[in-house]
Amino acid sequence: MKLLSRKAACNSHGQDSSYFLGWQEYEKKPYDEVRNPTGIIQMGLAENQLSFDLLESWLANNPEPAGFMRDGQSIFRELALFQDYHGLPAFKNAMVDFMSEIRGNKVSFDPKKLVLTAGATSANETLMFCLAEPGEAFLLPTPYYPGFDRDLQWRTGVEIVPIHCTSANSFQITDSALEEAYQSAQKRNLRVKGVLVTNPSNPLGTTLTRPELNLLLTFITSKNIHLISDEIYSGTVFSSPDFVSIMEVLKDSSHSTEVWNRVHIVYSLSKDLGLPGFRVGAIYSNDDVVVAAATKMSSFGLVSSQTQYLLASMLSDKNFTKHYISENQKRLKKRQEMLISGLQSAGIGCLKSNAGLFCWVDMRHLLSSKSFDSEMELWKKIVYQVGLNISPGSSCHCSEPGWFRVCFANMSEDTLDIAIQRIKTFVQTTNNNHSQRIHPSVKKSKRKSLTKWVFRLSFDGREPDER
Amino acid sequence: MGFISSDHNNEQLLSKIATNNGHGENSPYFDGWKAYDSDPYHSAQNPNGVIQMGLAENELCFDLIQKWVANNPKASICTAEGANEFKDIAIYQDYHGLPEFRQGVAKFMGKVRGDRVMFDPDRIVMSGGATGAHEMLAFCLADPGDAFLVPTPYYPGFDRDLRWRTGTQIVPVVCESCTNFKLTKEALETAFQKATEAKIRVKGLLITNPSNPLGTVLDRDTLKTIVRFTNDKNIHLVSDEIYAATVFNKPGFISIAEIIEEETYCNRDLIHIVYSLSKDLGFPGFRVGIVYSYNDQVTLCARKMSSFGLVSTQTQHLIGSLLSDDIFTEKFIAESADRLAKRHEIFTKGLAQVGIGSLESNAGLFFWMDLRRLLKESTIKAEMALWQLIIHEVKLNVSPGSSFHCSEPGWFRVCFANMDDDTVKIALRRIRNFVLQSKGLDQGPAKRQCWQSKLQVSLSFRRLDDFVMAPHMMSPHSPISSPLVRARN
Repeated sequence: MKLLSRKAACNSHGQDSSYFLGWQEYEKKPYDEVRNPTGIIQMGLAENQLSFDLLESWLANNPEPAGFMRDGQSIFRELALFQDYHGLPAFKNAMVDFMSEIRGNKVSFDPKKLVLTAGATSANETLMFCLAEPGEAFLLPTPYYPGFDRDLQWRTGVEIVPIHCTSANSFQITDSALEEAYQSAQKRNLRVKGVLVTNPSNPLGTTLTRPELNLLLTFITSKNIHLISDEIYSGTVFSSPDFVSIMEVLKDSSHSTEVWNRVHIVYSLSKDLGLPGFRVGAIYSNDDVVVAAATKMSSFGLVSSQTQYLLASMLSDKNFTKHYISENQKRLKKRQEMLISGLQSAGIGCLKSNAGLFCWVDMRHLLSSKSFDSEMELWKKIVYQVGLNISPGSSCHCSEPGWFRVCFANMSEDTLDIAIQRIKTFVQTTNNNHSQRIHPSVKKSKRKSLTKWVFRLSFDGREPDER
Repeated sequence: MGFISSDHNNEQLLSKIATNNGHGENSPYFDGWKAYDSDPYHSAQNPNGVIQMGLAENELCFDLIQKWVANNPKASICTAEGANEFKDIAIYQDYHGLPEFRQGVAKFMGKVRGDRVMFDPDRIVMSGGATGAHEMLAFCLADPGDAFLVPTPYYPGFDRDLRWRTGTQIVPVVCESCTNFKLTKEALETAFQKATEAKIRVKGLLITNPSNPLGTVLDRDTLKTIVRFTNDKNIHLVSDEIYAATVFNKPGFISIAEIIEEETYCNRDLIHIVYSLSKDLGFPGFRVGIVYSYNDQVTLCARKMSSFGLVSTQTQHLIGSLLSDDIFTEKFIAESADRLAKRHEIFTKGLAQVGIGSLESNAGLFFWMDLRRLLKESTIKAEMALWQLIIHEVKLNVSPGSSFHCSEPGWFRVCFANMDDDTVKIALRRIRNFVLQSKGLDQGPAKRQCWQSKLQVSLSFRRLDDFVMAPHMMSPHSPISSPLVRARN
């Protein structure tokens, strides 16, 4: 009899070998300004490290919450004992206010409809358990965050069916793409339970337009299915167009209450506040049954009361949140512009974006051929020769080869500068090499062995929880 | 939102898991909780309210911890130096967990076992409390439809944790009072056979040692019998040792970790430990669950799954600091055991004086009270009636044995570590008064039978599936009692 479950044995569900390789190389020789200036620069990690000073100064000025104190008294005992899955009321109130503030106060949220979870990872999985049976499907626009393969499918048995988006229209979601995805699911005998979008998008860094949001609502209404809007990057929108939340569109539209009940939001403080270690995620749903079920399920991954208390204090400080939101966005904008202009001077373009912690970079012109093998080849060069760990589009299930996600908010300005210099040098060298042609058959066999190597990798090492 | 078809639509639109009773909270046992919520005891404000004795929480040593926290501000990352650490800690989301956290936990686990065994920090895998740990192991070790054997009486939360989202089943291993609820080889074989006959594949045995609700520890012989059994059948052995540091009297605690060192024939790939800081330290709010597996593949898989319930690094940092302080931990373990022993004695002696017995126990945050002779008849119905009486007239929220799947009616779990000394006196007084009054109504000792038809018993428990969970035992407790909620409202 097999010792472990099928889920455990298919250990590598959704893992991508390229992530493993890039990460492994980075770990072997991580860039350090002083100790390892020729090391690999990490640009595959969507972390927001730009505004820690703001958090640190708040902490310095408000030492009580981190020290389990309130008004000079220790409340350690009360916090240590607090395990109510309804969450600390002060924290949920602060969270909904913060979410509202991020949306320019155009929508408001009811704390009773918010369910706290251990990160967005847990929120997304929990929603799958609530909305779908094993073997049913959710449609996701490509390219999408690779972690969804694990979060939505692994233990739930739910299937992801891609909605193919292309560069032809800046990867926007179209009616035909939605229909095609739906039909494709039907052909595979998969019952579609909903659509999940990430808005702002990872890896694109763009916000969904109003027409797209309306299209989605029309689609889910006609098919009688759910819509999950993962708005984990909602606070990272740094230039126009402004962020439009699905809740806002619902409010402005004439959709019935019944449709409201099928729209759910996922949120987290990992990106906006840069606190991935604290595991603060949330589900927001208008459906009472979903809220009730998700609340009970959150028992499997509650947010530490210690963390709830600290962040309740922080987020209730409206002066702080106001300043933080705007300052953080300014800094992100500046960084993004720095990366874009740097890439531009190397003849590399990006998808026009207004949010996120990364750019969706167009390196199609650097491919030796229009194929994913070629993309892998280019990516390996970038990791090994250029010394940058970036994420190849194929790992995000992009249907067109040649796109890469490059993060810009998880390093210092100087490091970003160096990364840009390296890219420039690489492009120049590549241009020079093009004038010296390599024998085609040698090139081909090199490519083959690289690909074989990539796919033969085992998965028993660390897997970065990148977003 | 009054659409006629909305409920029907809801049923189809949502999953079965979301709409079934697998969470176990729609049970009549909720009555005890409701009674407490609507009328909670407070020494000044509501001296006649219901005293909460259904919550296995350890509140006896917070003074020690609070003192440590005050003396070690760096652990809470709130000093000037701490600010620098803040960023590294807040960013760290590696599912391996902070090294100092894993080292601290491994060391503490060793100390709790008298340093008779050592734990490898690299095998420490995090989970969302023991709740998350159990579900995670079920996902790793079993497929939907497979089963775990669980000795009765057992913690009601297992019904949800092992089964709800995983599709795994529980097959009870019946233990009886006539043998002091000892786990016997016969009981194990019977349960295994029953499962096999029903074409249910058994993937493992889950033991809780020390036991909830019994408060007893497993002796060496029983542990060896268990290991021999699981090894022979080639099934997993999960030992939930969440109450390890609550052992306050002899005989001492023997961990499965020690047994496998002695029983060298045993296949370690089958051995897994679940741990948590919720009971030993009294930190249920911090959600520190641990899976410690001797199986490399399980460790790897569980670690990946831990992404769904990692411990907040803010908490990891605190715990890592706390548990690496040897002077503190040694003192804590000894002092905590001492205080638990005293509490336990106050209650058991106090009850014995009025003829109320309890299972002899040396661990846990509760004792297993024997009220069989107060039952009108030896049935679950009578137990429930007695329980209602205790809640509404004696004003104590205790937990009836049937909620733990106990095979015999009349047993109640009574928690003693979640209240102050004064409340203890009052609770004791209430029980004694009730018993003395009941003596007038007593119609003779309830029939004591060693149930011969164990099969029938466990089958009848299947029918009770919908009713056997007491939500307050598995779900976080009511917010109403917490000053953190009252203060804000």
